[in-house]
Formats: sequence, C-alpha cells, structure tokens
Amino acid sequence: MKTVLTIVLFIVAAPLAGGLMAGLDRKAGAWMQSRVGPPLLQPFYDVAKLFSKQNIAVHKSQKYYVLCFLVFVILSGALFVAGQDLLLVIFALTLADVFLILGAYSVRSPYSYVGAERELVQMMAYEPMVIITAIGMYMVTKSFSVADIAAFEQNLFVKLPGIFIGLLFVLTGKLRKSPFDLSMSHHAHQEIVGGVLTEFSGAELAMVKIAYWYQNVFLLGLVCLFFASAFWLGVGAVMLTFFLEVFIDNNSARLTWQFTLASSWIAAAVLGMGNLVVLIFI
Amino acid sequence: MSYLQKSPWLIHYDASGCNGCDIEVLACLTPVYDVERFGILNIGNPKQADIFVVTGPVNEQSKAVIERIYNQMPSPKIVVAVGACACSGGIFRECYNVSGGVDKVIPVDVFVPGCAARPQSIIDGIITGLEVLDEKYKQLKDERKRRKVERANG
Ligand code: SF4
Repeated sequence: MKTVLTIVLFIVAAPLAGGLMAGLDRKAGAWMQSRVGPPLLQPFYDVAKLFSKQNIAVHKSQKYYVLCFLVFVILSGALFVAGQDLLLVIFALTLADVFLILGAYSVRSPYSYVGAERELVQMMAYEPMVIITAIGMYMVTKSFSVADIAAFEQNLFVKLPGIFIGLLFVLTGKLRKSPFDLSMSHHAHQEIVGGVLTEFSGAELAMVKIAYWYQNVFLLGLVCLFFASAFWLGVGAVMLTFFLEVFIDNNSARLTWQFTLASSWIAAAVLGMGNLVVLIFI
Repeated sequence: MSYLQKSPWLIHYDASGCNGCDIEVLACLTPVYDVERFGILNIGNPKQADIFVVTGPVNEQSKAVIERIYNQMPSPKIVVAVGACACSGGIFRECYNVSGGVDKVIPVDVFVPGCAARPQSIIDGIITGLEVLDEKYKQLKDERKRRKVERANG
C-alpha cells in the first residue's frame, strides 16, 4: 500500500518539481547573463501552450514513440521510488531513450537524423558510468535493490567518491546541458539545428518536455541516493549539483562528440573503475 | 486569455534588405531588452514557432523561403513584418528583383514601421500581435468544435 502511495505521489509531484526546476534553471541562467529572465512558471506555460497548437506530426508512429518515451521514463522513475532493482531502473530509462531516438528516426529529416545519431553517441558516452554506479552501490551494500541501498546505514559517498564525481561528470550529458549537449539545442540556431527535437512540435514536444522533467527528478534522486543515510545532506548535495550543472551550462560551449565520448569513458575508467578496484582491496 | 500569450515562440527570417532590422531583432534578446521576460523565445524552428518575424523586403530568392517557413508553422500563428522594408519594400521597393513587402507573399498581422525599427517598437509589435494570436486560437477552437459537431451529425 505504501509503495502504491509513493508511486502515485511520484507520478503527480515529479512533473511539478521537474517543471519548477526547469523554471529555476532558466531564471538562474538569466541571472548569470544579467538578464531578468522569464517567470518561474514559464515551463508550465510553454507546455500548456504546446498542447493547444495544431497537430502537424508527419508520421502517426512518431506520436506513439513519444508516448512510449514518456511512459518508460515514468516507469523507470516509479520503479526507482518503489525501491526496485537499480539495474532494472537503469535499463528502463535506456529503453525510454531508445524510443525517443526511434521517434527522431521516424521522420525523414536530416536534422532529426543527425540528432538521433548524436543521441546514440551520447548514450554510449554516459551508459558505462551509470552501470558502474549501480555496480559500485552493489559492492558496498551487497544489494541492487534501491530500497536496500537507501536503507544502508553508512553514507555511500564515503566509499564511492570516485564514482560520485564520475556520475556528476556524465550527468551533464544526461541532463542535456552544455558542454555535453551533443544531440539537441534548446534553440535551433546552432550547427545541429534542434537535434533530436527538430521534428517534434505541439503536443509531442510537450510530452517530451514532461518526460524530461520526470527524468531530471529521477536523476537527482540518484544523486541523493549517495547520501541516503543523511537526508538533509542528500538534499544539499542535490541542490548543489543542480546549480553546478546550471553554472557549467551557462559557461561552456558544446564540445565535439569525439571529445565527449573519450572524456566520458576516461572518467568512467579512471574514476569509476578506479573506485571499484579500490573497493575490492579494502 | 490562453497560454499562447504567455509563451510566444518566434522564428525570425531576414528576407534581404540592409540587415539593419535584422540586428535590431537580435538586440531584443540582449540583457538590455531581454524579451525572455515575456516568455518570448527566438526558437528558430518553424515547427515549434508561433510568431513569424520577417525583416527586409521580399526578393526573388527569399519568396519561396518565406512561403515554406509560413507553411511549416502549426496554427495558430501570426506574422509580424518588422521595418519599412518588410512593410512595403522600403528603400529597396524599386529594385528590379524586389516584389515589395512581406504581405505580397503571406498574410501579415502586425506591421512595425521604422528604418531601422527600434527594439522597443519591435517588442511592442510582438506584444500587439499576441492579441491577434489569441483571437486566431479562439477561431481555431470554434472551427474544431464545429467540425466535431459535423462529424457527429454524419
Ligand atoms: S527597414 Fe531600413 S534598416 Fe530595416 S532592413 Fe530595410 S533598409 Fe535596413
């Protein structure tokens, strides 16, 4: 019963939190550029507006792919808050991403294709580190279940500092922020135009945005998991992570996919694998 | 009031001219004028845009592009012609390759005068256009309702 309640709470509250975070992101970004910036609730206005636009999807299949993307993102988040297997959560999220890529491939548009291809590269870049995070948590707590990991009496961060920093490194890509925003631009004025999102419009784009809100909340939940035994420390870490990401986003330009891939893998190898090796010996 | 007014996304196209108005449109995005205050984004993608901002007169080469961008935008949508050139052809109106203002090709909802139009008047033009956008949304909704009724009645 409690699990059901948690899941319902997540499904209702996560998009609100995610939307507020997106608003805060834009506001903070505007401050960093000494602008006033949009109202805090702007992301909600945007999504509400997108739902009222005419539907001009090129293929019907695109709509289903986007729907699957949203459903699987919600599913992975729900599994996470329900305390299920961490690996399952990660794979569900990967599957969700695959649906987004299929959606981008379903339209014959060069920009959409470029975005989809770059999204695949991006997945290749961050996936090893995410898996290593799960393995690291398993090695410390002897369980893959999120509930057990969260109930572990010690702060995971103490034993997994390398993995934590490595995860922060790839999180920039996962949150679609510069310098690792390989596959999409928020405004289509750059070399890849809109990337994967080029061909999405109206209600579909709104659903993608909502899915990202869910995903961002879930990802920050993953950060929080490192500090699960001290709740307020976790909240502090999440807030710090968020502002660090916004800061980096506003102070860097997009890097090439080669550099992104290489640096993410090096981070995974040195910080992630290094941490695992140390864990074996202590 | 619909949410369209709170989150107008625009696409900007410079049809030709001297690029003066073009630069003034971009000036609206800078910290001094900061159009994002109104939720306005220069989104750059016709499929996601609500407002089409055109600067400069229409010439033989830009005609097709203007038409294509306009047709790619989902309704409700409005067109704002910025600067004397976009309104009437301006100083270029007698050139052999210029056919005149933007309204020669697509329906224009707001004309912003000036050579170059000042950022203040551009923002004012877009905000004025929001009323029209809302009006168009209402029409679209009525249209949808009417079609639904028609379909129900066979
Ligand atoms: S209206 Fe004036 S400033 Fe604007 S494009 Fe034409 S000539 Fe240039």
